[in-house]
This record gives sequence, C-alpha cells and structure tokens, in this order.
Amino acid sequence: MSETYRQFLRASQLPHVWCPGCGNGTIVKAFLQAVEDLKLEQDRVVVVSGIGCSGRTPFVLDFNTMHTTHGRAVAFATGVKLANQGLHVIVIMGDGDASAIGGNHFIHACRRNIDLTALIFNNGIYGLTGGQLAPTTPTGKRSTTSLAGNIEPPFDIVRLALGAGAGFVARTTSFDHKQMTSLIRRAIQYKGFSVVDIMTSCPTYFGRMNDVAEPYDMVHYLRDTTSPMQDCTCRKSEHSCETDHEHEHAEQLAEELGVELSPTGVFREEARTDYGTLYMRKLEAAVAARNGRGGAS
Amino acid sequence: MSTSTKRPQRLIQGNEACAHGALYAGCNFYAGYPITPSSEVMEILSTEMPARGRTFIQMEDEIASISAIIGGAWGGGKALTATSGPGFSLMQEGIGYAAITETPCVIVNCQRWGPSTGQPTKGAQGDVMQAIWGTHGDHPVIVLTASNVRDAFEMTVKAFNFAEEHRVPVILLLDEVLAHMRENIDWPEPGEIPVVDRARPASAKGFKPFENNTFLPFGAGARFHVTGLAHNADGFTVGDEAAARELRRMVGKVQSKVRELAMFDRLRLDDATLGIISYGITSRPAAAAVEILRSEGIRAGLLDLKTLWPFPDHLVREVADRVDRIVVPELNMGQMVREITRSVGGRCEVQPCTRIDGHLLTPAQIVEAAKATLAADGSPGQRPIGCGTCCSERTVHS
Repeated sequence: MSETYRQFLRASQLPHVWCPGCGNGTIVKAFLQAVEDLKLEQDRVVVVSGIGCSGRTPFVLDFNTMHTTHGRAVAFATGVKLANQGLHVIVIMGDGDASAIGGNHFIHACRRNIDLTALIFNNGIYGLTGGQLAPTTPTGKRSTTSLAGNIEPPFDIVRLALGAGAGFVARTTSFDHKQMTSLIRRAIQYKGFSVVDIMTSCPTYFGRMNDVAEPYDMVHYLRDTTSPMQDCTCRKSEHSCETDHEHEHAEQLAEELGVELSPTGVFREEARTDYGTLYMRKLEAAVAARNGRGGAS
Repeated sequence: MSTSTKRPQRLIQGNEACAHGALYAGCNFYAGYPITPSSEVMEILSTEMPARGRTFIQMEDEIASISAIIGGAWGGGKALTATSGPGFSLMQEGIGYAAITETPCVIVNCQRWGPSTGQPTKGAQGDVMQAIWGTHGDHPVIVLTASNVRDAFEMTVKAFNFAEEHRVPVILLLDEVLAHMRENIDWPEPGEIPVVDRARPASAKGFKPFENNTFLPFGAGARFHVTGLAHNADGFTVGDEAAARELRRMVGKVQSKVRELAMFDRLRLDDATLGIISYGITSRPAAAAVEILRSEGIRAGLLDLKTLWPFPDHLVREVADRVDRIVVPELNMGQMVREITRSVGGRCEVQPCTRIDGHLLTPAQIVEAAKATLAADGSPGQRPIGCGTCCSERTVHS
C-alpha cells in the first residue's frame, strides 16, 4: 500500500485478520483513495460496520469507527448521521449482513434515502463463520451447509437496492481497482443513500469449496463472471431517468453471449432530496409554527 | 381547594408524562416503532421533537430503533426509544450492545400481558426479570419503574440522568394501566428536577472512550473505535483476564452505586410488623391496603421500590429486620418476590401475592393475602397462601 494512505490506518491494529488472497484489503485501498481524492476531513469520517469479515474493516481505519451487531450497521449509521449531519457516514456490510439478517434495515435505508454510503463486501459466502451458504451464493455453488450445491436462487443486491428505491446503485469488483475506486468516490459524493455492491474474492471458503482455491484464480473468477457496462448516457443529459434499461441491456448482452455475467457499473444515479434535508425543512417549519403560537413548554 | 398561588397542573396520561419528561430531560434523539400500549410516547414526540429542533425518526422495527438510538448517542444525542413486550424482546440485542459499549440511552417498556402478542391492551409486570437479565451475558443495566403519572414524568428524567452519569442503558418499566391512566399532576418547573448531562473529558487529545464515564461523540476532535467485542479502554479487542477485568468494571460501576441509585417511597414502616414491598402500578392498591390493615389494627407498612436494579438489598433488609412478614404483590407469577426472598435471607417470612388476569390487584386482595399470613391473634400464622397459580400452599415458589 502506498505511503499516501498510512495516515488513514491504525498501525496498532495491523496486520489485519483477513486471509491471504482476500479481496477486502483491495477494497479498503480503493475506499481510502476515494477519501483522499475527496479530501474528506478525517475527524468527520465515521465508518460503521456489521459482523463478519467485512465487519473487521473499521478496526484498521483511523476514523471514527463503530463495529456493531450483525445486520444492523445501517440502522446504527442512521442514528449517527441524523444526530450529526455534518459527519460523512460510510456503512460497510457483508452480503449476509445486508441481504440476510439485515435485509429489512437495508431495504428501508434504500427507501428512506438518508445520506449514507453503503459499501457491500460481497463474497457470496459466510467467511468468518467458516464458509456457510449466503443468500448471495450462486445456485449450484457449494458451501459448508450446501455440500451438494445450492438449490436456492441468490439475491442480486443491485436489483434489491433498485427495487427498494435507492437513488444511487452501482456494482463493481475487487478485481477492477480503477472502476471500484471511481464508483466508491461517486457513491460518497452522492447526496442520499448510495449502494455499491462490491464482488470480492474469498479463496479460503468460496474458492476452496468451488474449485477456485488459488487467489490468482479467484481474482480471474471475479473478472470472468462480470462485465463492465457503460454508464447510462441519460445521466449526463437534462432529464433524469431510471437506468434499469442499461441493466436489462447488459443482461441481454450476457444472455446473447451465453455467459452468466454480472454487469458492473452505475445502475442508477438520480438527483433527489435526501431525508436529512427534508427533515431540516420540516423541523424549521415546526420551530417557526411553535414560536408563532407562543411556545409553551 | 385551590388558591391563586397554586402551581400549574395538567391532567395527563402516563405516556404523555413520559414523553414530556424526556423533553424536560433534554432528550434530543428519538427513534422508535409503534406498539401498543406505548405508542402515545412516540406520537407526541413526533411533533414535539421537531418543534424544538430535535431529531425524531420512525424506524422499520424495534431492532432498528434501538440500533438507531445507540448510533444517535455516539453522534452526540440524548437518546430514547419506547416500546412494549414484543418490541422489548427484539431490543435485547441492542441493549447488550449499549451495555458493553457503555452507551447512555433510555429504553421505556410499557409492559403488557403475557409472552408473545399476549394481551396488548392489558397491564402486567411480567417483564421485570427480562429488563434485568434479558440480553445475553453478564452486563450492567439500571431498571426503574413508576407508580403514578407524576412518577412517570420524574422517573423518565431520572432515567436520563442515570444513563448520562453512569454511561449505561437505563430501562424504565411502565405498564399499560399507568401508560393510559390520567392524573392531575404538578407540572415541574424548569430546574425543579435536576438534569444531568454526560461528562466530557478535559481534552479530546488522548481521549480513551472506555476508560471512565467521560464521553465524546464522533466528530468532536478524537478518533476512536467502538465495538461490541470485549475491548480495552481504547476500544480494541482483548481477551482472557483483561476481558474479565473490563466486564467486572462495567458491572461494578452500577452495582457499587446501588445506594445512590436506589429510589423508593416508604409508608408507615416505622412501627410496622407486616411489610408490603411493591413497585410500579401495584404500589397504589398496596398503599390503600396498608390503610385498611391499619384500620383493622394490623400494623402494616409499605416499601415502594422505584429502582428495581441494581437491587436495593439494604432497603429490603431494613424492612425484614423490623417486620414479621413481608407480602410482595405483583402482576406476574412471582418475579421480584424471588429477589426479595433472596435478599431477606430468612430474616422473616415472604409471601407472594400475584394476579395475572390482566387486571390490577385490588386493595382488598392484598389485604386478604396479608391477613392469610396471620393467625387470629395477629401473630405470624400457619396458613400461608401462595401465588394461587404455581404455589398455592407454599410460601415461596420452588
């Protein structure tokens, strides 16, 4: 890692707990680069995580950090942000955190549109507990609780976020550092709830269970199962639009090519008024009304 | 009856008193989920909080609500949520997190009847043990209760004070009857009830988040780590004896303050030979029962506990040393009676007096239970009654 980011790391907490070949360190680098690019004030950055391998991220980051309970990171972050809207609040969740135990909190955060950035470290398996089935494990793939292959269809976190109404939704991979950094940067800049589904590698569990045990092969697996797509051109024009058609297009393309590829890129970036701004408006009106009527306690 | 100097009064409901107590205490962060019979607290705060420039949010469930108030506290807020049994069960996960991260916050539980959905509109006192022990693992927590509408106001303020001063989650147990009962109360003037705010460290430099009860929120000049894992003063993971030492410190900081945390009322205990120890809504018929027993020549007295945890052994033993028998009326199958029996330690007999049909104990029922413990001459009798459910012929549940 470049010297540039040492200021953002807690030397006392290194080395981190992640396995050799894990993609999480690469995501951390992209995140720190985005923080550096955006010149965020270090004291005002808050990183909130849940439980799992991704949950260990805040330990090594020299920001205000909060390692919470399984699935609830986004609910804790909601409290932090609303109590002090001057903070930059980043939520780091695993795929199990966000789409299994914390699924309810996640969809409501998408709907509510508080100015938070959710980075989902999606390795398609439960890593910290030893390789069990996740709601994101692709059908047919093996885990320690689906040795004969997964018979369930997986959640597509991008579609989940789009369906639940998030204003900024993107997908990237820990393989594509450039795209990953750019998308994390855009997500942080977005005023409202932003989601970046980051496909990351877990050679230790997902890999060993599914014949991609070598970290090098696992990175190639990420590359070979995804397909970068162009940003919606409509985003650059005056009118706003839902960009799901791009998603559809990428999926159609994947179908034509006969490959089950996950499209990566930005799926939606819509200008909307975030919850915090709406709440402040409501608050100002309520305070004014109260002062107007003489303000009994 | 009234004079021109009479102080302002208001006819309000227990839940209204709780909401206004929170506003009085400076609560500036509320997150919650509607549930009978607590919803009025939330409804009132949904308009009163923004009108005072404070934060209110309705979350998607009770787990999110408790999580949000903990986040709100670390964002700098004085944070509250209010719920009832089913929601309180869901909040246990977050209460444990608040305990181990020493997060000041207040959880109001308007108790309702039974496990699961039970009877949402019937009162009970069945959540006492859950309030104390509900979350997993040894942990610090303070549990308060209230027996009238003015108490509901004042105990809400005290709950915030204790949470702030000791950096601990405080649970305030109300019940459906008190929540919806209206009484005329003296409206506290600003400054009449002391309001305590969390202590700040002298300097943000070198601040250790878990060294003592001083507190800095995120973004106030210190960068630090908060985790539900066993941790040291810096917030970083520890194990073995260091973890044991931290847990002893956390639990000890509440237990060692048992005398200063103990809030209670005493009624006619000075010459009593029969003690009633009650808490919450049941203290009302218990107080009436004392007068009835006195009018019949039985020297009864009442200890009304407002702090249920840490358990005030010293108050209970003081009663036990003075009386021949203690009656413990409560709206459950016998919860505090066990703690009281342990505390009494054989100094005198202890009788449960329970009711679980969703209605309050009446003074007459408590009188009857008290008398059943006495022989005709007023001496301790041979005919103890049980709770009438699981232990009808025994003095104590087994």
